[in-house]
Amino acid sequence: MKTFHAYVHIPFCEFRCGYCDFNTYTAKEIGGLSQSSFHESLITEINASAEILRNSGYPERPLSTLFFGGGTPSLFTGEQIGQIMASLKSNYDFQPDIEITLEANPESATPEYLEELAGKGVTRISLGVQSFDPKVLATLERVHDPEKVGPILSAASQLGLETSLDLIYGAPNESMDSWRKTVETAVSMGTGHISAYSLIVEPGTKLARQIKVGALPETNDDLDAEKFEVADQVFEANGLPWYEVANWGKPSRHNHAYWTSADWWGFGPGAHSHLNGNRFWNTKHPLSYQKELVNKMPVAGVEYIDARTNLEERLMLELRTSTGIPMSVLVELGVAESTIKPFVVEGSLKIEGENLAVTAAGRLFVDRIVLQLLTN
Amino acid sequence: MIQFCSPTNEVSLSPRARSALEPSLTNQEQLRNFCIIAHIDHGKSTLADRMLQLTGIVDDRQMRAQYLDRMDIERERGITIKSQAVRLPWELDNETFALNMIDTPGHVDFTYEVSRSLAACEGAVLLVDAAQGIEAQTLANLYLAMENDLEIIPVLNKIDLPAAQPEKYAEELANLIGGSPEDCLRVSGKTGAGVSELLDRIVERVPAPKGDSDAPARAMIFDSVYDSYRGVVTYIRMIDGRLSAREQIQMMSTKAVHELLEIGVISPEPVVAKGLAAGEVGYMITGVKDVRLSKVGDTVTTKNKPATVALQGYAEPKPMVFSGIYPIDGSDYPNLREALDKLRLSDASLVYEPETSAALGFGFRCGFLGLLHLEIITERLEREFNLSLIATAPSVVYQVTGEDNTEFIVTNPSEFPEGKIKVVKEPIVRATILSPKDYVGTIMDLCQTRRGTMIDMQYLGEDRVQLRYQLPLAEIVFDFFDQLKSKTQGYGSLDYEEHGYLPGDLVKVDLLLQGEKVDAFSSIVHKDKAYGHGTKITSKLLELIPRQQFEVPIQAAIGSRIIARESVRAVRKDVLAKCYGGDISRKRKLLEKQKEGKKRMKMVGRVEVPQDAFIKALSSDEVSTSEKKK
Repeated sequence: MKTFHAYVHIPFCEFRCGYCDFNTYTAKEIGGLSQSSFHESLITEINASAEILRNSGYPERPLSTLFFGGGTPSLFTGEQIGQIMASLKSNYDFQPDIEITLEANPESATPEYLEELAGKGVTRISLGVQSFDPKVLATLERVHDPEKVGPILSAASQLGLETSLDLIYGAPNESMDSWRKTVETAVSMGTGHISAYSLIVEPGTKLARQIKVGALPETNDDLDAEKFEVADQVFEANGLPWYEVANWGKPSRHNHAYWTSADWWGFGPGAHSHLNGNRFWNTKHPLSYQKELVNKMPVAGVEYIDARTNLEERLMLELRTSTGIPMSVLVELGVAESTIKPFVVEGSLKIEGENLAVTAAGRLFVDRIVLQLLTN
Repeated sequence: MIQFCSPTNEVSLSPRARSALEPSLTNQEQLRNFCIIAHIDHGKSTLADRMLQLTGIVDDRQMRAQYLDRMDIERERGITIKSQAVRLPWELDNETFALNMIDTPGHVDFTYEVSRSLAACEGAVLLVDAAQGIEAQTLANLYLAMENDLEIIPVLNKIDLPAAQPEKYAEELANLIGGSPEDCLRVSGKTGAGVSELLDRIVERVPAPKGDSDAPARAMIFDSVYDSYRGVVTYIRMIDGRLSAREQIQMMSTKAVHELLEIGVISPEPVVAKGLAAGEVGYMITGVKDVRLSKVGDTVTTKNKPATVALQGYAEPKPMVFSGIYPIDGSDYPNLREALDKLRLSDASLVYEPETSAALGFGFRCGFLGLLHLEIITERLEREFNLSLIATAPSVVYQVTGEDNTEFIVTNPSEFPEGKIKVVKEPIVRATILSPKDYVGTIMDLCQTRRGTMIDMQYLGEDRVQLRYQLPLAEIVFDFFDQLKSKTQGYGSLDYEEHGYLPGDLVKVDLLLQGEKVDAFSSIVHKDKAYGHGTKITSKLLELIPRQQFEVPIQAAIGSRIIARESVRAVRKDVLAKCYGGDISRKRKLLEKQKEGKKRMKMVGRVEVPQDAFIKALSSDEVSTSEKKK
């Protein structure tokens, strides 16, 4: 039976970083909405969701993982987080080994706060570090002090929390040396998991404008590829094996759920859910989300994933992981062996047991490979 | 696309003729056959619209802009491709007349259609934009009309425009055709002003047809169009005698006999008649399915009382440019063949034969009257038959003589013989360019770079100049017109006619991707331009070919000598950074889009080349930015 997971979106930040296009807001109050009571809306949605699932005959399944993302979830007080968790537990119950991750900023993740979260049952902290180079942090408009990261990680370990660091490479003006120092510093801190993302300049962001007017140089894909390789070498050498395009170390079970098309409900404004072959997503703006919740579910769109689309999604997602995808899926998709073979010959794909997976050389070309497998 | 005209206050558009004359019973004295000669954009179709309204055959409610232009492409591009003949009732001094208006295309590619229309008329309205004056194309058609002995009625259109200078251009027209500037009528197709005076003038000036009503029937086919419901509809001008419905008719060239299933006039929808009499213009339907069986220029007579001497036909249009048309998806080849077969039913000037390209697979080498014709045909193939196509860069027809005196006709640069060559001859044209005098210098520069030789230069009026040049067709076929337009800020106009073949110092430039020759990119250029051409095409392809997983060297070569080189660097990564809950739908939509994009890519060896690269690679930079020619 499929596992069941929950994502909770906390749409608030102290400050919007220049590269960010996420669904997040910096005001404490938006219209009739207040950050300090917004958890109540989330709880309303949680209660309603459980009722809907019960009425639709969806089998009762305790949550395997729970992920607080944002925004900056650590802007919520421990009390707010605790109330949301209590609501989820009473509505859905938790698996005994549930993984509960909370994204935090080095600024807001104090040892006291972490202690409070650990006490409420949080098991994993994902820290948005991005870089240890103050110049790069300035380009990204991150306001935290990189010196704080070490003490936070130590405190978390002492509390028995698992930790993960988020890093970003490829910011304008980031040198190869700067990136190398960042990854070396990151592994020296003894975290069990690192996510490293190449910076994507999203249209409409301040960063995009800065690059357009020439205030910052363009990003460089070729250099990013080298940075990926540098990171991979350092992480692997320090006991953090690669397991997904942007992830190393002990796999996050929550993210694994996304990549294996498990069922999850995403709570909060703009959050996406995937249940029984349907994807749906909530109204994006927190205020409309809150208003809609008064008398209905705040769903903005639904799509039904048919069998073929599901197979294509699986290929698209599972090929990103070190496990790869069962060959049987490729057979069902009608991908001929003669289409796969050239990739094996050139060394970007490998067949391991029943699965087809990318090689180290193929990791950076997953999208291209998927497109070619589906169209050649 | 369809626009409704607002009723205008300036002129009453009530029909003057109370009853239309019945076809087949109309006396030749009451007939007037005329055409309108005009440059693109000088308002011919709008004037025709007003005539339809004013004579009452289209009421205001049914009126839409460019009523007579039937194909979508015609209306979108504002050009007329197929000529039409419309019968208009009109009354002057209490006498009723039937006027046949034969609409003509105004683009240089379709000159041969104009000459056909002219031969069906006794008079021509020379329509000139009162703000722009006469253009090269109009001048060429005017000369054609004068050679055909037509009565010319000079008319200045668009007098409602603030920029109109009717006095100035009336003077210019008077200089060209004789007579006084006052003879020049002033009309506005937009408001309808002067249109009824024009119709009066046509009745007064255009001679009535003078056929022999009692002689055996002779009708000239001046157009033949394919209609998917009715088969071939043939437009005819009766010269002598008469044709009647249900009669057995005979094509004089082939002696083929058909039954005349339907005969009638267009007014402006088909009106079935008992027959057509000498001097009349109308259509006939015999049930044939291929326009080539009801051939333009042929003479129609009756089987029972056949004429002995055929009317003088028309010169068959000769394809001037050739291009390879290939389906992107090789499995569409049979569909492409079927589509071409269908298009040929309505376009006798389209020629094609199968060809194979190492790079592009199976396709057809197609001959066109000009670049616009090529564009229209490829657009129709894609739009009406839902095909994704690659058109290779257009080429002219070369005559090549080898060392051993073997002769080759080369319509495809990749077929250019490899061995020793004695002489290469290329087609030459005589071009007429009209322009305001300020641009003479730039035009001369342009013609110079295109290997042109000036024949003469003449002032048409105070500030307008006619330049005549001898130019290799290959130099003007691709983007000369665009260049002329952009260098003269749209004022320059061009017409050209074939002028035989001349030897040229020509070489074949090949293009190699990853060291492999790509035949579809080969071109034949003048030796002095080969280096520049090679540099241009390699740097263009560098822009056009997306980065692949491997490096793609691009080389231009003459024989085995590399003359230019670029390289598309290998892409280093192609993967989405993050892919979590909400990213999945977005990522999948992107994948769908990429799948669509890949359909517009052609695999050349291992290299993905975008569909449009085959033409864009050879175009000048200015083309993409300049306004697309109408």
